[in-house]
Amino acid sequence: MPRLRIQQLVTRHVGPVDLSIGAGECVCIEGASGSGKTLLLRAIADLDPHRGEVRLDDTRCTSLPAPAWRRAVALLVAESQWWSERIGDHFEYGVDAAWIEGLGLPAAAMDWQVARCSTGERQRFALLRTLMQAPAVLLLDEPTGNLDWDSTRRVESLLDDYRQQRQAALLWVSHDAGQIGRVAQRRYLLDNGRLQEIGQR
Amino acid sequence: MNVLALSPSDLAIAALLILALAGLSRRLLIGVERPLLVSAVRSTVQLFLIGLVLKVLFESAQPLWVALLAAVMLAVAGREVMVRQKRRFVGGWGFGVGTLSMFVSSFTVTLLALLLVIGTDPWYAPQYAIPLLGMVLGNTMNGISLGLDRLTQDAAQGRTIIEARLALGQDWRRAISDSRREAMRVGMIPIINAMSAAGIVSLPGMMTGQILAGTPPVEAVKYQILVMFLIAGGTGFGTMVAVSLGARRLFDERQRLRLDRLHLPAN
Repeated sequence: MPRLRIQQLVTRHVGPVDLSIGAGECVCIEGASGSGKTLLLRAIADLDPHRGEVRLDDTRCTSLPAPAWRRAVALLVAESQWWSERIGDHFEYGVDAAWIEGLGLPAAAMDWQVARCSTGERQRFALLRTLMQAPAVLLLDEPTGNLDWDSTRRVESLLDDYRQQRQAALLWVSHDAGQIGRVAQRRYLLDNGRLQEIGQR
Repeated sequence: MNVLALSPSDLAIAALLILALAGLSRRLLIGVERPLLVSAVRSTVQLFLIGLVLKVLFESAQPLWVALLAAVMLAVAGREVMVRQKRRFVGGWGFGVGTLSMFVSSFTVTLLALLLVIGTDPWYAPQYAIPLLGMVLGNTMNGISLGLDRLTQDAAQGRTIIEARLALGQDWRRAISDSRREAMRVGMIPIINAMSAAGIVSLPGMMTGQILAGTPPVEAVKYQILVMFLIAGGTGFGTMVAVSLGARRLFDERQRLRLDRLHLPAN
């Protein structure tokens, strides 16, 4: 049984989309700007009205309360968002010190004001914030979009460990062909609202 | 107790102020002369009309007529709340949120005052019911329109943040809590300020009117305090109800932020 199963999903100009991702599998999606990659991820996280069905381990999206669904099927948005003063205020489940180190972030930064962190630091903290809620599925919208080479590799390796340890399913939107080659087991192109498989490893 | 009746020429002298202001606005190209004159004429006509209505009402004192006038006041206030919104709710909610909240708060507060505090006989005595309702309603209307406007503007501008919080598994109440709190505060600040400044900076209009009409100052002050508290209660509870209803309406049954339930701003 796949971890995440998407059937006949339609949201605005995207779809119908059918896609299954197994436990511990990483699927990449590429596509031009405006092709609807973000819309697809938002619909899977149930942030936009949509038709069709999404299941997590055979649990229908609509059978769970929306917050519980979104904690399990977690969307990491491309531009990290912050609403409190300090970085640490946003971590209600605490944070794993090993992960902070693994991403090359200063541990003291949990006490920093959000404004003091660079865009790249914020993006990595946002990833940690999402991982701390222990999602079974990660919907990643260009998670390394603002990062340098070293940080990108650190993020990739952390996500790789997480995927294998937790048997998580990853749906990863990326524009970087090199990255897709490193992380994807299957890759798709989203074009004109349709998903086509373009490669398998 | 003798009231110095105002003659039409007395009012005409006061009206010269408005004309002078309009002239200056035109001269300096400020561009408010038209709305200024229109609103001055409107308030003159409206006040004379309500004066006539009240005269008839006071003489007949039929509960049905009191209720009808109250309903008209509520509907007009509801419309006013709606048109003051930059992004108002689509459909019946645009009128409904504000009107329902005003009904709940203003009518309850006014009834409370009539039945428990003033104890008029009959309880709907229009001399008390209508002016009290008018004052509570007018202020509640301000609070609610400020609060709702702030809420919807905040939600529209803070969309990415609210949705990021939803994506982290927060429920809708938490995701919008900051905007909601801010909107309630904004709605209540005017009446809090008015209470703080009352008597020192400003002599409230109702009390001034009573004193000019010959009521002993201490009696007028007591009524003013009563009215202030009623207004604060009406505004506060009304704003809370309206902002809560509005915040709920911004999310659907799957707790998605639905900005498509708001009209786009006109400009």
